[in-house]
Amino acid sequence: MIETQGLTKHFKDVRAVDGIDLTVAPGELVALLGPNGAGKSTTLRMLTTLIPPTSGTARVAGFDVVRHQRQVRLRIGYIGQGNGAGHSQRGRDELISQGRAYGLGVKDARARAATLIDSLGLAEVADRRVSSLSGGQRRRLDIAMGLIHAPDLLFLDEPSTGLDPQNRANLQEHILDLRAEHETTIVLTTHYLDEADSMAERVIVIDHGRIIADDSPARLKAEHVGDRIILGFDAETEAARATTTLAAYDPAREGARLTIATQGAPRQLPGLLDDLRAAGHPAAEAEVIRPTLDDVFLKLTGRSLREGGAAETRELVEV
Amino acid sequence: MTTLITDTTTVFSRELRPLLRDPFTIIFSMVQPLVFLGLFAPLLPDNSLQWFVPGIIVMSCLFACSMTGSNLLFEIQTGSHERMLVTPLRRPALLIGRALKEIVPMFAQAALIVAVCVPFGFRFEWAGAVVGLIILAAFCIGLGALSYTLALASKNQEWMFWTVQQTLLFPLLLLAGVLLPIENGPGWLQALAKGNPLSYVVDAERSLFNGEIFTSATLYGLIAAAAVGALGLWAGVRAMRRSD
Repeated sequence: MIETQGLTKHFKDVRAVDGIDLTVAPGELVALLGPNGAGKSTTLRMLTTLIPPTSGTARVAGFDVVRHQRQVRLRIGYIGQGNGAGHSQRGRDELISQGRAYGLGVKDARARAATLIDSLGLAEVADRRVSSLSGGQRRRLDIAMGLIHAPDLLFLDEPSTGLDPQNRANLQEHILDLRAEHETTIVLTTHYLDEADSMAERVIVIDHGRIIADDSPARLKAEHVGDRIILGFDAETEAARATTTLAAYDPAREGARLTIATQGAPRQLPGLLDDLRAAGHPAAEAEVIRPTLDDVFLKLTGRSLREGGAAETRELVEV
Repeated sequence: MTTLITDTTTVFSRELRPLLRDPFTIIFSMVQPLVFLGLFAPLLPDNSLQWFVPGIIVMSCLFACSMTGSNLLFEIQTGSHERMLVTPLRRPALLIGRALKEIVPMFAQAALIVAVCVPFGFRFEWAGAVVGLIILAAFCIGLGALSYTLALASKNQEWMFWTVQQTLLFPLLLLAGVLLPIENGPGWLQALAKGNPLSYVVDAERSLFNGEIFTSATLYGLIAAAAVGALGLWAGVRAMRRSD
């Protein structure tokens, strides 16, 4: 569905996107994860024909994004960071004109608009001015606009930025439903770690305009970080003895605490506790720490996404 | 399937819809030039309505279509312009549709101005007036597209749009002899007026409203309007392709 080779975009001296090779198969749900300014949105803007690449090529839905812009545009849906619906318009009017833009007849456009208004729960607000809608309602309207022509491939740029947790969860549900029903290929950018983690089967981590990791969330975590088991003891002497008992796991001791780096910690922990009890120095407390995508990002770049990305305001959103 | 015409209709009717839903603003703006005309025309020498009315029509169309970009500025900020750029709408349709939304109400206004002036001695020929409005429309589409281009160029600094628009609009109007005849001015001013494409459009409008269709004034007006129209569309399409 998407195939890029050496996709690059320079803005003056800034290498916003620096040689991205990416293949997305039909039906995939892919999240581009990275801090603000990493090049996610710029990549998306090239794939959606909004800006031409400085070098490299991209084929989207079977067509080149530079030479066959129109063919690409006919086949994709795009939900940008802003509001697709004009603020002085009414939601239903915008949906119908969006349908007309994609070549639907007046009757079909009306019918399609009505269906989407219904399925996205916009019936009460569709005939009001867009400027009077809440942030969550506007975002749902944007989603409806992007779906008017039932595209096979949908791009979403930071879909849940600026929404409260409840609206975010609601939106994620809509996106997953859409995929389940129509097998739409979905590419979204996000700097919310939990969003990438819970929605995407494939996470592409981007930093400084390059892809630095590309795999399922579970495999990224297992490969780059792994689990940790932390065991607490009543006394340092017991902890020291436990170190010997568990030598096979290569624990690190710090006072009365042991830390074990491993894979599949939840399955190992009961056995470990049994071993310790049998050896006569049972653990007083036990904790399993599973990695997050932030740990993956930290491992790969030495920086945390939480500090550098999610907390930042929208003013820093890249060009 | 879509064509340039259906795409233009889509953009035009989208733009016009909020106006139709709230027609008060449009009625108010249509009455404005009548007030202007009512206060200014009595100052003119006798029988000069014939000279003055076509100029007023050009002026109000010019003011309107130079504002094409101002609505766009807001839509660039909120994101709906970007959304439209991703649709398969043909790029010239985005320009023409938005310019037409400014022009069509002005043509309704032109009809109103003419209707009000006829009892006071204004005479016009239908065929000439229609040709005149077609030439004016071509010019205004070009100017509207240039206004669109200006909005794209000043999307991060809104003041620039207004500064450039105001700085260019008034010299353009005055140097076309819309309010006062250029013939009485000094040589340098007349030379500047000769380089102003709007001068030829205004001259054409005056002779066309008089019913003189097959004249060199019509031809020059048509050429000037077509040139501005083509320039505007070229610049606008180019700017959209490059905008980031």
